[in-house]
Amino acid sequence: MSRRARTALFLVSAVIVLIVVVAGFAGLPDFGHYKGPYGKVLALFSVPQRQTTDVVTAVNFDYRAFDTMGEEFILFAAVLGLAVVLRSMRDERERPSHEASDEHRFAEASSLLGLFGTLLVGPALVLGMYIVTHGVLTPGGGFQGGLILAAALLIVFLAGEYLGMKLIAPHAMVEFGEAAGAAGYVLVGVGGLIFSAVFFKNFIPFGSAGHILSGGTMPISNIAVGLEVAGAFALLWTEFMDQALVIRGS
Amino acid sequence: MLAATNFLHNRYFADVVGVLAAAASAVLSAILLARAIDHGPLVYWFAGWKPNGHVAIGISFTVDQIGAGAATLAGVLVTAALVFSVRYFEPVGHLFHALMLVFLAAMTGFCLTGDLFNMFVWFELMSGAAYALTAYKIEEQGPIQGAINFAVTNSVGAFMILSGVGLLYGRTGALNMAQLGHALAQHSSDMLVVTALMLILVGFLIKAAVVPLHFWLADAHAVAPTPVCVLFSGIMVQLGLYAVARVYWTVFQSPLEPHLAAFRDILIWMGVICAFVGAIMCFSQHHLKRLLAFSTVSHSGLFLIGIALATHLGLAGTAAYVLAHGLAKGALFMGVGVLLHRFVSVDEFELHGRGRIASLTPVAFVFVAGALVLSAAPMFGSFFGKSLIDEASLEQGYGWLPTVFMICSGITGGAVLRVAGRVFGGFGAHDAPEDPSEQEAEDEGSETEGAHDHTPPIMVAPALVLVVAAIVCGLVPHVIHTIEHGAEHFVDRGAYVKAVLDGAHPHFLESPPSKLKGFDFLYGAGATLLTIGLAALALFGRRIAELVPERIVDGGRTALGGLRTLHSGHIGDYIAWVTFGMAGLGGLFALTLR
Amino acid sequence: MSFFPYAVAAWLLAIGLYGIVTSRNLVHLVICMTVVQSSTYILLLAMGYRTNGKAPIFADIPVGTKVVDPVVQALTLVDVVVEATVTALLLALAVQAHKRFGSINPDDLHPLEG
Repeated sequence: MSRRARTALFLVSAVIVLIVVVAGFAGLPDFGHYKGPYGKVLALFSVPQRQTTDVVTAVNFDYRAFDTMGEEFILFAAVLGLAVVLRSMRDERERPSHEASDEHRFAEASSLLGLFGTLLVGPALVLGMYIVTHGVLTPGGGFQGGLILAAALLIVFLAGEYLGMKLIAPHAMVEFGEAAGAAGYVLVGVGGLIFSAVFFKNFIPFGSAGHILSGGTMPISNIAVGLEVAGAFALLWTEFMDQALVIRGS
Repeated sequence: MLAATNFLHNRYFADVVGVLAAAASAVLSAILLARAIDHGPLVYWFAGWKPNGHVAIGISFTVDQIGAGAATLAGVLVTAALVFSVRYFEPVGHLFHALMLVFLAAMTGFCLTGDLFNMFVWFELMSGAAYALTAYKIEEQGPIQGAINFAVTNSVGAFMILSGVGLLYGRTGALNMAQLGHALAQHSSDMLVVTALMLILVGFLIKAAVVPLHFWLADAHAVAPTPVCVLFSGIMVQLGLYAVARVYWTVFQSPLEPHLAAFRDILIWMGVICAFVGAIMCFSQHHLKRLLAFSTVSHSGLFLIGIALATHLGLAGTAAYVLAHGLAKGALFMGVGVLLHRFVSVDEFELHGRGRIASLTPVAFVFVAGALVLSAAPMFGSFFGKSLIDEASLEQGYGWLPTVFMICSGITGGAVLRVAGRVFGGFGAHDAPEDPSEQEAEDEGSETEGAHDHTPPIMVAPALVLVVAAIVCGLVPHVIHTIEHGAEHFVDRGAYVKAVLDGAHPHFLESPPSKLKGFDFLYGAGATLLTIGLAALALFGRRIAELVPERIVDGGRTALGGLRTLHSGHIGDYIAWVTFGMAGLGGLFALTLR
Repeated sequence: MSFFPYAVAAWLLAIGLYGIVTSRNLVHLVICMTVVQSSTYILLLAMGYRTNGKAPIFADIPVGTKVVDPVVQALTLVDVVVEATVTALLLALAVQAHKRFGSINPDDLHPLEG
C-alpha cells in the first residue's frame, strides 16, 4: 500500500481504538483506590509466612515463582536466538582482535574516561552483588542486581578496553555461567519437588525477617537469577560488539 | 543443558538428546491426557499455594483433556520435526535443538496452565523462540524480513494481551482463570470487559493468523526452515485459537451470555472472511511454502467458526479437525522439505515433472493424502471434525456454514492436489503465468547438507507416519468420542471453577456421542469432488478457461491482483491492518456486547 | 485528574503504533515498540497505586500499613525482562537487515510479496 493509504487506514482505525480503549480504562477503579484482594492478601502474609520484607520479591520468587522461571527461559531463549541471528557466516571472518581495538574509533577513550571507568568497575560489582543478595529485604533482587553486574562489564568496555572485556569474561565461561544460572533456578524448583513433593515449594527454613538469610529458597533463587541475567546481558553485549567491531565481510 | 554443552560440537549428541527430550514430553503429555480423561481436570498448584477462600495465591496448572491433547500434539510434532532434521540440516552447534526444545516447553506450558498471566509468559517464550527459529537462515534476505514482520506483529499482539490481562486484574484482582471467571460472573458486561475482551482476542488472533491479522504467517513460513514450518502450521497457530476458546469459556462466558448471538455472529463472519481470503490466496500461489501457509490461514478461519459457534459440539469439531490438520500439514511441509533437499526449489512450476522419480513416490503419496485430509474427505480424520462443526452449525441455525466449509476446504485441498499433479505427475502447463510481482521462489537456498541426489528415508518416514495418522485418527475407536467429552468438560465453567478453587472432583454429565449423518457424507463428498475438480481444472483446463468471458477473467484478475498487493511484506502495512482489526472488533463489541 | 495516568497509557499505545506504521527506519521502529510496551507498564502500575500507600517493603514499616499493590509491580518486573529480550532480538535482526539489504528502511525490504 502506498504510504498515504497506509497512514489513512491507520489513523481511522486508531481513532476508534482510542475511543474503545479509553472507555475501557474508564471502567477501572479510580486512580489511587485500587481494591483488589490479591495484593492485599500477599502484603499481609508475606512477612509472617515467608519472613521476607520485600513483598515484590516474595511474589516473584515464591508465590509466582513459576512465572519467573518462564521469564528466565525467555531470557535464555533470547540469548540463544541472538547467537543464532548474529552468528558469523561463511563469507565473513573475524578480524584479529588486536586490529579491532586499534582501528575502530570506539575503542579510543580519553584517559579521563578510562580512569573513571576503571574506578567504577569495583563499586559496580559490589553494588550488583549487594542488590542480588538483599533482594528479600530491600528493593532489588536477582534481575536488578544481575543487570548491574553486567553493566560493570560494560564499563570495562567503555573505559576503552574491548579486549579487556573479553579477557575478563571469556565467551565460553559466560555462556556456561548463564546456562548454569538458568539451570540453578530450575534446580531450586526441583529441590522443592524432592523435599516437599511440590515443584517450587519453599523448603529451606525461613529464618527471621530482616535477616539476610531469610525467605528460605529465595536468596538462592535470587543468586541463580542474578547469575543468569548477568550472563545473558554480557552475552548480548558481546554479540553486538562482535558484530560491530570484529566481524568483517570479505 | 544443551546450550551449556555447546562446546562439545557433536552433532549426534544433540540429535539424540533432542529427539529423546521431545518424545519424552509427548509421552508425558499423553499420560496427563489419560489421567484427565479419567479424573476430570487435574489441578496442580505451584509452590504449594492453594487458594485461600476463592482468592488464588499461587499459579496453577489446570490440565483438562483438550489442553493435554494439544500438548501431546505439540510433543508429537516436535519429535517428528527433530527426527526429520537429523543429519540433513546444517546445524549451529546445538542451538537449533535447544531452541526447538524451548519452543516445545513453552507450547506445553501454554496448554496446561490455568493462570492468565502465566499463559502470557509462555506465549512470549513460544514467540521468542519462534522468531529466532524463523531467522535461522541469515544468509538470505527473506528470512530477515520474514522474522522482522513476524516478531513485530506478534509482539504487538502480546502487548495487547498483557493490557487486557491488566484490565481484568484491575477489575477483579485475579490472575487465575477460574477465579477471573468466577469474579466476572458477578457483574454484567460493561465497557471494561469489552475492551479487555477485544485486546485479548486480538492478541491471540494475531497468533492464530485470522484475517486481517494474518499477514505475518505467509512471510514467516516462506522463509523459515522446514522443520520449523511444520510446527508453526501444525500447532503454534492453533494454540492461538485454543487460547481464544479457553479465555472465552473460562473467563468471559458469563458476562457475555446475554449477548451471545452477537458475539457468535461477529466471530463467525470473521472466520468466514478469513477462510475465503486464505483459500483464494492459497490457490493463487506457486511458492509451495506460501501456498501451505495460506491454507493454514484458511483453516484457521474454519477453526474459528467452530469455536465461535459456542457449543461443545463446535469445539469438539474444531479440536478433531485441528488434530488431523496438524498431522497432515506437518507431513505436507516435510514433503516440501524433501523436494527442497532434492531440487533446491520450492516453486511449483520449476519443480514441474521433476517428482517423477521412483524414490519420491512416498512423497507423492504424502501430497495426495494430505490434500484429501485438508479437504476433509469422508472418513479421513478431518472429516469427523468437520461433521461435528456442521452439526453444531445446523443446531445453531447457520445452515449455510457447511457449504462454506465445503468450498474453502475444497479450494485448499485442490491447490495441494494441483501441486501434486504438477510436480509428481508432470501434468499441466510448464511455465508460470506472467506475473512480475510474485516472489522469487527459485531463490530458495538449500537448507540441508549432504548429497542432493538421493532421498534420505529419515526425512520421508516422519512425513508418512504423520499423514497416515491424520487419515486414521478418526477411525481409531474412542478418539472422537473422547474429544467430544473433552469439549463438554471444557465448556463447563462451573465445574472448572469448582475443581480449581475448591479442589473438588466435579462430576460431568456426558451426553451420548454424535453419529455421522447422511448429509455429512454429502458435504464431504462435495468437498472431495471440488478438490479433484479444481485441481484438474488448474492443470488441464486451459481450454475451459478460454470459454469464460474476457470481462470476468479480467475482473477476477484485478481483484486477485489487488488482494495480492495488499500482502506487501511491509511491516507498516501489517500493523495498520492490526489496528484496523482492533478497531473493527472493538467497535463491534462495544456496540453489541454491553 | 485521576484518569490522567490511564489516558497517558492509551495515548502512548496510539502514538507507539503510529510510529511503527509510519516508520522509515528499523531501529526507530524497535524504539516505537518500546513505547507501546511502556504504555502497558503504565497501565499496570497506575492501576496498583493506592493513595498514600507506601512501597511494599516492610523492613521499616509495620505489617498491615497501606501499601501499593505488589503484584502489579512483580508483573511489570517480569514484563520488562521479557520485552527487553524481544527488543534485543529485533535489533539483531535490524543489524542483519542492514548487512543483507544495505538499508534499514522497511520500504526497502522487498523479497516477500504476494
